[in-house]
Amino acid sequence: MVPMLTDSFGNASSIHHFGQVAKQKLEGARRQVAALLGCQAAEIFWTSGGTESNNLAILGAIRASGFQAKHAVTTAIEHPAVLSPMERVDAAVTVVGVGRSGVVDPNEIRRAMRPGETVLVSVMHANNEIGTIQPIAEIAVIAHEAGALLHVDGVQAAGKIPGVDVRCADLYTISGHKLQAPKGIGVLYVRKGVKLDPLLFGGHQERDRRPGTENVAGAVALGRAAQWFVENGVAEAARLGALRDRLEQGVRQKVGFASLNCAGSSRVANTANIRFDGIEGEPMVIALDLKGFAVSSGAACSSGAVEPSHVLTAIGLSKEDARSCVRISLGRCNDERQVDSLIEAVAQAAHHLYRISPAYAG
Amino acid sequence: MPDNNPLIAVAMSGGVDSSTVAAMLHRDGRNIVGMTMQLWNQRRLPELVPDGPTGRCCSLDDVYDARWVAEKLAIPYYVVNFEKRFEEQVVKPFINEYLNGRTPIPCTLCNNYIKFDQFLEMAAGVHADFVATGHYAQIDYDAPSGRYRMKRAVDAAKDQTYFLFGLTQQQLSRTQFPLGAMTKPQVRQLAKDLGVPIHAKVDSQEICFVPNGDYAAFIDSYFKEQGIAPRETQGEIVSTDGEVLGEHAGVHHYTVGQRRGLGISAAEPLYVIATEPMSQRVIVGRNEELLRAAMPVKDINWISVAPLVSPMRAQVRIRNKHMPASATITPVDATRAQVRFDEPQRAVTPGQAAVFYDGEIVLGGGWID
Repeated sequence: MVPMLTDSFGNASSIHHFGQVAKQKLEGARRQVAALLGCQAAEIFWTSGGTESNNLAILGAIRASGFQAKHAVTTAIEHPAVLSPMERVDAAVTVVGVGRSGVVDPNEIRRAMRPGETVLVSVMHANNEIGTIQPIAEIAVIAHEAGALLHVDGVQAAGKIPGVDVRCADLYTISGHKLQAPKGIGVLYVRKGVKLDPLLFGGHQERDRRPGTENVAGAVALGRAAQWFVENGVAEAARLGALRDRLEQGVRQKVGFASLNCAGSSRVANTANIRFDGIEGEPMVIALDLKGFAVSSGAACSSGAVEPSHVLTAIGLSKEDARSCVRISLGRCNDERQVDSLIEAVAQAAHHLYRISPAYAG
Repeated sequence: MPDNNPLIAVAMSGGVDSSTVAAMLHRDGRNIVGMTMQLWNQRRLPELVPDGPTGRCCSLDDVYDARWVAEKLAIPYYVVNFEKRFEEQVVKPFINEYLNGRTPIPCTLCNNYIKFDQFLEMAAGVHADFVATGHYAQIDYDAPSGRYRMKRAVDAAKDQTYFLFGLTQQQLSRTQFPLGAMTKPQVRQLAKDLGVPIHAKVDSQEICFVPNGDYAAFIDSYFKEQGIAPRETQGEIVSTDGEVLGEHAGVHHYTVGQRRGLGISAAEPLYVIATEPMSQRVIVGRNEELLRAAMPVKDINWISVAPLVSPMRAQVRIRNKHMPASATITPVDATRAQVRFDEPQRAVTPGQAAVFYDGEIVLGGGWID
C-alpha cells in the first residue's frame, strides 16, 4: 500500500505512466477482491467504505426500480448504515424481527414479501455485535421468487467466513478496515445486470456508478487483505474459532454470572458477546482498556459514550441486560497467551464490579 | 490495589476549571484518568435550539475540548453515559418541582445523584480510589472529630458549596477539589501556564440542559417529546388580600421573589410571594411581604459536624448569591430543623437549599420545605 502513496501516486484515470501504474494496481486489487467474493472483477465497485456501499445499494436499487408502489424488507439487527437509509428511502419498509437466536427466520422474510412491490431485501451476512450468520442463500431464493433484489451487508463476514460466494445476492457490501486494510475503502459487489442509480455525480469512474478519483492505496491494501484471506482464511477461521471458544469457556468457568449471547447459533469465528448479569459493561470496558485490552459494549454514540445496543434489545434483552454485555473480537494478532490473560483480566474486572455494584450491596 | 499513587478519575466537562484540574494533577505526577459524563442528549428537543446544540454543556464541542485536553496531557480518557440516571434523578424531579410550585436546583441533584454517586461508582469500577472535579470548594479531614469537613472556596465569587451540601462523609473521603484554594484568575493563568489548549474558553453559567435558561419552554418541549399532555397549571394571579389581579399561563413560569413578567400594573411594584400548585394560584404582594423570619428545613445532610441535638448559631444561605444570614438552627430530628433568622429574609423559596455555615466551614444543609 505504501508505495502507492510514495511512488505510484498517479491518478488512475490519467494517460501518463504514473496513472497507468495506478490503474493497473487498482484493477489487480479488483481481481483480488473478486476472488474473495467468488464473483467477476467487473462486478466490484470501489467506495469509501461499508456505509457508502450500503447507502448506494439501498438507495440506488430502490430508486432505479420501476415499481409503482415500492417496498423493502430488512431486519431489526442491521447496522445503522442499513437502517438509516431505509428510514429515508421513498418506499414502505418492513423490519423483520429476530428471536433469541439472533438469526432471522427465512419464513418471516417470506411473510413480509409483497410480490410486485418489494424491490429489495437487505439482510446482513454476519451480525457485528453477536456474530450470528444469517441464512442468506435461503433468503436469496425467497427474494428472487418474489421478484425482489437481495442486498447483503457482508461487512462482518468478508474476511471472517472462508469461501464466501456472493453470487446468490445481487448486491454485497464489504468494508476494508474489517479485513485490516485502512479505513476509507470499501466495496459494493453489484451483480451484472442489476440496475442501480448512483448517489454521486461527476466523472466516469467505476462505470459511472461511483464517480470520484479512486482511493488506489486503500484499494490495493484491500486487495492484498482479500488475497491473504483467500489463501489463509480456512486455517485462520479455525484458529480464531478455537481461541474464541477458549475465551468463552474460560470466562464462564471463572465468572459464575457470565452467560453467552447467541452461542448456540452459527457464528463468525472471532466474535464473543458475553453478558455479566448485574454489572455494567461500560466500566468493564474502561477497566480492561486501562489494562491494555480493547473490547466494546453497546454502540458508540457521536460523543464516544456507550448507548444500549439495538441488536441486543432485538434479540430480547432488556435495556438493562443489554448494558451488561461486553463484546470481544479476536483478530490475526491475538494468540492463546493473550486470550488467557484476557480471561484473567475479565474475571478480575467482573468480580470487582460485582462486589461494588449497588444492586449487590442491596 | 492500593499503592502510593492511587488512580484518580478526573471529571472533565471540557471547561477551563476541570481541564486545569487534570493538568495540575498530571503536572504533580498523579496517576489520572479523564472522564466526561454524557448527561443529556443535546439532539433531543431540537426546537429549543434552532441554531443547533453547540457551545453548551454536554454538547459535542465540549466533549471534543475535553478529549483535546486529554490528548495534550497524554492521559487515558473516556466518555461515560449517564443519560438515563440524569433524566430520572435530575431532569424529572426538576420538572416535578416546578409544576408543584417550587424552584428546584438541578445542580445539587446532579451533584448528589450523578457526580458524587454514579461517577464515584464508575471511578471505583475502574479502580480509581478518588475523583477530582473542578468545583470551587475545599475539603479537609478533622482528626479530633473524625469527620471530613467542607469549607468555602477561597474565591468567594466562585464558591460552589451551596450546591455541594449533600456530600456524605463517604463521598467526601474520596473526593478532591484541587481548585478550592485558588481564584478564578489564578486558575486561568495556571491553565495557560500548563498549556491547557482551551484556557481562554468562556465559563458556562446556565443550567446545562436548559437552553437560554428558559426552563418553562424546556418543560413544554419535554412533555411534547414524551407524549405527555402538558399539565394545565394556568390560573389566577391573586394579591395577598385575596383580590384577583389577573391570570397567568402556568405556575411553573413563576418563582418566589420574581417581579418581572407578571403583566399587572399596580401602584407599587408587585412580587411573587408564593405559588400554590393546588389552587394553581400565584400570590403577589409588596416587597416587604416577601420577608420571612423562620423556615422549616428537611432532608438535612450534616457535613462538618455531627447531627445537632441542641440549637446552634450559624449563618444560613438560602440562595446561591444570598449573603449568609445569622440564624438559630433548632433540630427537630437528625434530618429536620427549624431555622429562625435574626433578621427576616427576603424570598425564602421552597425547593431551594438552605446551607448552614460557621464562618468558612460548611456545617451542612437541607431543603427549604
